[in-house]
Amino acid sequence: MTSTPTIGVLALQGDFAEHIAMLRELGVATAEIRVPSQLAAIDALIIPGGESTTITRLLDIYELREPIRRLGLDGLPIWGTCAGAIVLAKQATDLDRPNLALMDIDVRRNAFGRQVDSFEEDIAIEGIDGPRFHAVFIRAPGIERAGAAVRVLAALDDGTIVAAQEGRLLATSFHPELTGDSRFHALLVSLAKVYQAERGQTSK
Amino acid sequence: MVATNEPRAAATNGASADKAAITGTWAVKTGLAQMLKGGVIMDVVTPEQAKIAEEAGACAVMALERVPSDIRKDGGVARMSDPEMITGIIAAVTIPVMAKARIGHFVEAQVLEALGVDYIDESEVLTPADESHHIDKQQFKVPFVCGCRNLGEALRRISEGAAMIRTKGEAGTGNVVEAVRHMRTLWDDIRRIQNMPEDELFSAAKELSAPYDLVKYVHDHGKLPVVNFSAGGIATPADAALMMQLGAEGNFVGSGIFKSENPEKMARAIVKATTHFRDANILAEVSRGTGDAMKGLEISAIPENEILSKRGW
Repeated sequence: MTSTPTIGVLALQGDFAEHIAMLRELGVATAEIRVPSQLAAIDALIIPGGESTTITRLLDIYELREPIRRLGLDGLPIWGTCAGAIVLAKQATDLDRPNLALMDIDVRRNAFGRQVDSFEEDIAIEGIDGPRFHAVFIRAPGIERAGAAVRVLAALDDGTIVAAQEGRLLATSFHPELTGDSRFHALLVSLAKVYQAERGQTSK
Repeated sequence: MVATNEPRAAATNGASADKAAITGTWAVKTGLAQMLKGGVIMDVVTPEQAKIAEEAGACAVMALERVPSDIRKDGGVARMSDPEMITGIIAAVTIPVMAKARIGHFVEAQVLEALGVDYIDESEVLTPADESHHIDKQQFKVPFVCGCRNLGEALRRISEGAAMIRTKGEAGTGNVVEAVRHMRTLWDDIRRIQNMPEDELFSAAKELSAPYDLVKYVHDHGKLPVVNFSAGGIATPADAALMMQLGAEGNFVGSGIFKSENPEKMARAIVKATTHFRDANILAEVSRGTGDAMKGLEISAIPENEILSKRGW
């Protein structure tokens, strides 16, 4: 009965192609999102890594910000990786333009320093079974505050939160799309299936 | 300064199994280039220009003292920019800041790394410091981007540690013809290697003067092992989209923005054209009213010894 969900990937700038390659391995349908009309058919959205200033600028120019925000408020699962997490957050330091402000987290841009401080580390993630997750942090943001309804999925030894979930919203400071480990993508697909089933009921 | 790197010529996105945090790895170097994809990297000479570029949606800026068209006009030896000017630009924006070192000038690169730049361009736009050797880029934590005109040149740079490639084009001309030539040549070379029987790859490696492992990677994957941008001569939104349709993953724009009549408008238009490079309606809309592009130079009018793309090997 249920067809496979369609996962949209915001394709304004950044490593959207890597997300799409990971999703294809999981056997779900994918859609590159560049203009608002493409949002109608999706069951979840990924906001990829890239430059958060560039992505937020292009969200406004192509009038994508409000439609995505509305879908997020209505329960569309959305996952932001790195720059995507900055785009999702209620508050982002040093971001001088409006973002989606959907998720109850405060994010510090470039929390770990400049490119020479970018790093890789194996981390444990709550709710993801199996071996530790190999996480790549590139000029990464850190989550400085998580609201009461936000579940912290992973933090570094110094306490910096690097993965969090609030309902169907996911934020990661690192890039699961770069390491070939599809466990985070599978988590999003499971959220997309729930949303897809709800959509099916309301449209009847 | 010593970085943990993948072994020479093993340019895969391999992840190490170490638990502790490690910096300067091949994954974080090539990873930053992945994040720049689909974006425009703009040459800027002041903090004010850097802010204009960031506001227009640039995914990074290249901090330098003179844009290539002025370097061409002024002549003389072109060197790394003044650290004061580079740190001024680093302080002005939150996007990545790149800076140029002369080909082979590893001390300029050490200085740039110490300043905290996010990427170093070992660039033919500056006067080469070494006519035999490029910088051993494996020795740095900061990633490097290098220019190429063809596949052999690209793979030689990657084997030296370049984590990103750009086709050279002819900088400071506002004439896209060389950028097109280099991008088409690179993809012709890639397709030829991809379609070659495996037993011919050994002599192809010799002919390309490139390591066999990297040639094999290109054969197996049909692409370079790192991100490839276009550079050198992009002056209009249509030029930017042309390079993307020819296979660039993003664009460097130098003189094309701040030597145009209305840099702010041109910068925005080129950013949009790079995102929507296949949508002719959007390209038509953004090409409207951008003001005059930079004047531009006919390549055949440039004396042979002033052709920048011939620097490096």
